[in-house]
Amino acid sequence: MAEPKHSFETINGCKISLRRAGKGEPLLFLHGAGGGHIWFPFMAALSERYEVFVPEHPGFGPSDTPEWLDTVGDLAFFYLDFMEQFGLRDVHLMGASLGGWTAAEVAVRNTSRLKTVTLVSAAGIYVKGVPMGDMFLWPPEEGIRHVWKDPKWQEKMLSTPQTEEQQDLARRNRLTTAKLAWQPRWYNPQLRKWLHRIDVPTHIVWGDADGLFPAPYAKAYQELIPGSTMTMLSAGHIPQVEQADEFVEAVTSFIGKSAS
Amino acid sequence: MKFYFFHLMPYADLDLSYQEKHNSAWVTLPNSYYDPKKGHLLYNRYLDELEYAAEVGFDGVCVNEHHQSAYGLMPTPGVIAGALARRIGPTAKIAVLGRALPLLNNPLVVAEEYAMLDNITGGRLIAGFVRGIGTEYHAWGVNPAESHDRFHEAHDLILRAWTEEGPFAFEGKYYHLNYVNIWPRAYQQPRPPIWIPSQGSRETIEWASHKSRRYTYLQTFSPVAALSRYMGMYKEEAEKQGYTASSDQLGWAVPTYVAESDEVALREAKPHIENLFNKFLHMPLEMLLPPGYLSLASMKGVMQAKTSTTGGPQTMEGLMANGMFLCGSAETVRDQIAHYQKTIGFGNILPMMQFGTLPAECVRKSTEIFAKDVIPKLRHLG
Repeated sequence: MAEPKHSFETINGCKISLRRAGKGEPLLFLHGAGGGHIWFPFMAALSERYEVFVPEHPGFGPSDTPEWLDTVGDLAFFYLDFMEQFGLRDVHLMGASLGGWTAAEVAVRNTSRLKTVTLVSAAGIYVKGVPMGDMFLWPPEEGIRHVWKDPKWQEKMLSTPQTEEQQDLARRNRLTTAKLAWQPRWYNPQLRKWLHRIDVPTHIVWGDADGLFPAPYAKAYQELIPGSTMTMLSAGHIPQVEQADEFVEAVTSFIGKSAS
Repeated sequence: MKFYFFHLMPYADLDLSYQEKHNSAWVTLPNSYYDPKKGHLLYNRYLDELEYAAEVGFDGVCVNEHHQSAYGLMPTPGVIAGALARRIGPTAKIAVLGRALPLLNNPLVVAEEYAMLDNITGGRLIAGFVRGIGTEYHAWGVNPAESHDRFHEAHDLILRAWTEEGPFAFEGKYYHLNYVNIWPRAYQQPRPPIWIPSQGSRETIEWASHKSRRYTYLQTFSPVAALSRYMGMYKEEAEKQGYTASSDQLGWAVPTYVAESDEVALREAKPHIENLFNKFLHMPLEMLLPPGYLSLASMKGVMQAKTSTTGGPQTMEGLMANGMFLCGSAETVRDQIAHYQKTIGFGNILPMMQFGTLPAECVRKSTEIFAKDVIPKLRHLG
């Protein structure tokens, strides 16, 4: 598996960490609350077909925490600037969880640089009567059991102790996550009013056992985005890792169909 | 030295077996555990305890703020302060040791509420400002990552509302008001005294001790080693600012129990003080320390130590050994306070004389002995 190229890039004065690999149409992946410091197998697999960009958001990992960062909407404008600075066109925009919310906020603002949108276990909306999990209140073990479906993944996560460096990173990422998502919890009340503006092919990918944003959230997103397609995988909140092969298959097949 | 009777007003009738089903007495413990008929009796009993303390010679009484918890039943402490305002006096002060400023949608509610209390009591209000503990951010939904900034902005707004002629406009990051012009104005001019309760942080101490503020710093429910460290820090900060901190800028809040003898005091207090720490303060660390409530560096320290008050079961003996609980005969408690006062130099002590499940008759006895045999002997200190 090819290692990605890691660099630091400055966009309007904000320095961020960026990993990229592959050739082809650009695929911009926006990571979730856990951060974007790990090059996962699904990223490597996607980089065989696309030029994959995985930035670490402002406020995450070694990226700067700029003064202007208050909301996911701020992050969305940042990524519009990012695509502009890199001169990206026909972008396959993909985001997971917090990054899925960010991708949706990007797409309601401007789709002119986008070819497709893929929202994976995306935050950003609230479905009445379907409570979200409270990851800020879960002790670590409970969190793992809510986030992973397969007991083997749960055990793997529970038995992998974090280094001090990883703990520092996790605390920083969690702080920025709270800043962006604590109130209203994991959503922007205004977002659902404008999701109809997303006028490029959109794919909703979810895990059927997501303990954070339960499966009805996928359906709600599908209903709010005209013409969108949904894929439900046997996974928890992180289907791109827990079911990497099925995930890559589903997203490449969707992108392939959309291109024709 | 000045003596302030401190109350948390816990729901002392809590079914303590709740821990078999729930991992916290805060935020997520169903309020079906609260019986309003018992609550009615408790509120009135606790008000009696506060009034009695003022009557027997405490310099003042302190009320407190916590939300959605069996630990304390004063989510709106101004209600209790209002109930006390015409019942205690003529010199006893009322310290409101809330209010959790970051939780407010409009900080002027506190500027107004405190000004009302100050007017009614003819200037006997002590105004407390806090961030609240971490649980409040779960209970109230306010973003803990904004906690420090909201606190400072709300504080600045309240101070300006008290000290500047209105109306004026206020344009902050969190609060935006065209007209700041509170009626009534505060009775005490330029403003009521301000107390800052804290469990200790350099940031809070630097801010409170600043020469433009000189707020009284209260160390709450901490081992005496921490008390000593933070009070030393306050004095050093004051020197750096070019003045010498006076003892009335420092206060210590500590659960206290006094009885006829050491033996009786220990026997009577033990189950109740242990309930306070093991039952009423029970919660997961994630609830106590939401992200942003502490700086990343402080958070790291706490997570590594994992010896916060939410840790394993506490014993009365352990609590006494590290100075988190004062207990014994009047002579024992007097000597302890005198010793700590001499080495640490605080001028205010806030004994919390009801704690956990401590019943009314014990609170009354302890209050009476403390007022009669402890206070007069220590008055001259500080």
